[in-house]
Amino acid sequence: MALPAYAGWGERVWYYAFRFICFLIFVFLISPILIVLPLSFNVEPYFSFTPGMLSGDPDAYSLRWYKDILTNGMANPEATTGWWADVWNNAQWVRSMRNSFFIGFFATLIATALGTMAAVGLSRSEMPFKKKIMAFLISPLIVPLVVTAAGTFRAFSELGLAYTHLGVILAHAILGIPFVIITVTATLVGFDNSLVQASYSMGATPLKTFFRVQLPLILPGVISGALFAFVTSFDEVVVVIAMASVEQRTIPRQMFSGIREQISPTILAVATILVIISIALLATLEMIRRRGERLRGVTAT
Amino acid sequence: MTSTADVIDDKLLQKRLDKAMFNRRLRAFLLVLPILLFLLVVFIIPIGYFLFQGVYDKTFSSIMPQTTEILSEWDATSEPTEEMFAALAVDMVVARENKTIGKVATRVNRDLPGTRSLFTSTARKVSKLEAPFKESIPDVKDKWNDIEVWQAMKTASRKFTPGYYAAALDLKLKSDGSIVRQDEKRRIHMILMKRTLQISFLVTVFCLLLGYPIAYLLATLPTKTSNLLLILVLLPFWTSILVRTTAWIAMLQAQGVVNDLLVFFGITADDARFSLIYNKLGTLIAMTHILLPFMILPLYSVMKGIPPSYVRAAKSLGATNWTAFWRIYAPQTIPGLGAGAILVFIVAIGYYITPALVGGQEGTMISNTIDGHMRQSLNWNLAAALAGVLMIVVLFLYWLYDRIVGIDNMKLG
Repeated sequence: MALPAYAGWGERVWYYAFRFICFLIFVFLISPILIVLPLSFNVEPYFSFTPGMLSGDPDAYSLRWYKDILTNGMANPEATTGWWADVWNNAQWVRSMRNSFFIGFFATLIATALGTMAAVGLSRSEMPFKKKIMAFLISPLIVPLVVTAAGTFRAFSELGLAYTHLGVILAHAILGIPFVIITVTATLVGFDNSLVQASYSMGATPLKTFFRVQLPLILPGVISGALFAFVTSFDEVVVVIAMASVEQRTIPRQMFSGIREQISPTILAVATILVIISIALLATLEMIRRRGERLRGVTAT
Repeated sequence: MTSTADVIDDKLLQKRLDKAMFNRRLRAFLLVLPILLFLLVVFIIPIGYFLFQGVYDKTFSSIMPQTTEILSEWDATSEPTEEMFAALAVDMVVARENKTIGKVATRVNRDLPGTRSLFTSTARKVSKLEAPFKESIPDVKDKWNDIEVWQAMKTASRKFTPGYYAAALDLKLKSDGSIVRQDEKRRIHMILMKRTLQISFLVTVFCLLLGYPIAYLLATLPTKTSNLLLILVLLPFWTSILVRTTAWIAMLQAQGVVNDLLVFFGITADDARFSLIYNKLGTLIAMTHILLPFMILPLYSVMKGIPPSYVRAAKSLGATNWTAFWRIYAPQTIPGLGAGAILVFIVAIGYYITPALVGGQEGTMISNTIDGHMRQSLNWNLAAALAGVLMIVVLFLYWLYDRIVGIDNMKLG
């Protein structure tokens, strides 16, 4: 959309005005995320820039909130031996991080296994009620989280699953399923089904065909679906509020009560770490996308 | 002329073909079956069970069986009889022993506020009372002579009741089964729903206004540049909602970055900083930021597929830039626009976290109220009825989305 040489005066003004508007919208999108980075190094317990920070005084910056992530909740932060074990077992944020990864991992596993299987079935032309099933499988995405949380909590408490890791994992698996279905079915659209027939004709079992022929080819879709499912679980807080006791607290749950009860820059330090994690995830996805394009012979321009 | 053998063979072949087709279908279906069962057991049945409580409440009838039975024959206008008082006394003795009288008190109190202590204090003394109960019970509390109390009990004794849905719509179920509007002061849910719809609508409009230019820019720039800029859209999308909400608190609070800048540029005085957060404005800004990628991504993928030659052709035929855009380009972006707008609206209407954290009093939405009824006032039935109303709206929008965009066209990133 480069500006043509013959563009008139008004066109020129509009061209630059439009770009300026877009610049402002990008500022709106990105600035809140960038603002947490410097603020997390604040030496004062505030959410705002101090005069010292603005003048670049090194004393106005500190790592105390990052240290707080490790020490908050520890039995004995002054101890010289067994410090890291204490952090691992007692520090609140570390424990919620462990919960987040544990719950996220198993929820992703369930959602990806069930979702991939279903997506393979849905991609077959002979599949009956395809659209209805698809609509059903995507419904967890649109049902308000409060309703999902209330429903699962009520039912799970009668089964003794409330306030357990398994309860949270099952509920998070539900929420991850639509993402796996969407991404894997999208990948399967470009899948050449004659490869499966070729594999069958050479005597491979359906299971072997799936793992040796189909799965490697749709792996990018499966991985990005799994990443979506993981992030959904990792970021979810409404179900956790309903379903989890202190034992199952995840990072977002800890942040939620942190924001509500005693707001301290520790939350900003955690936020900074999470931003770095999401940048890493984004980079992974981009690599998968490029690999997929290369394999399918689409050259990036 | 075909011989009999041929006919049989044809039939046999047809049969075998049908069977093979059936087997293929079955095999495909078996792949989907586990997930269907999983969702049915841990998702659909639980939600159905929860929503069912919006019309079903057996608290009163299970704890006070005799009273319930006798109340079902009562016409709700004549004076309460001795049998009714006697049944009440019997049930109350049992309920006091089982420590369930509190539940009954809470239940009736919902229909007739101010009756809680009537039940608990009467139950404490009821085992010592003697017949005729019609006189001894009102001696404890003379409010038992009030026919309103009995009417409220009759309403509460219905197992299947439209009462909670009526309450969710600011209506009131009377003991004779008729439904009237709630008193002016107690019409809170309609205000809440209007506000929820209003916030979701405004967020959708803001996302559209901010998302359209960005999607257009991304679609018209060379791929290399647009891929770089796309990262600026995807990074917020992949960042935790709580991180973004926290960030907006840091931006918008009284001592926050935005107010600091406004003071610095002299737009406002230091002692007259704007309150940008913990109100409706805060909810709107933070939710627009969080949902903006849901608008940009579908719009971008539709715009990328529009060939630039159409606009060029229009211009070469003498259309001005504006006409070419408005008459040729914009109509082709409608599918993306519809997809993005409905998606944003669906997600917005059930939003919980952001309004709870930055909404303050006037920025809360229906999800927050549902949560409040479940965890603070412990009124699961009303929560279920409100959730039912919310679900009707959401399912309608989902159906609309399917009609306009098609569920199988949903894409991410």
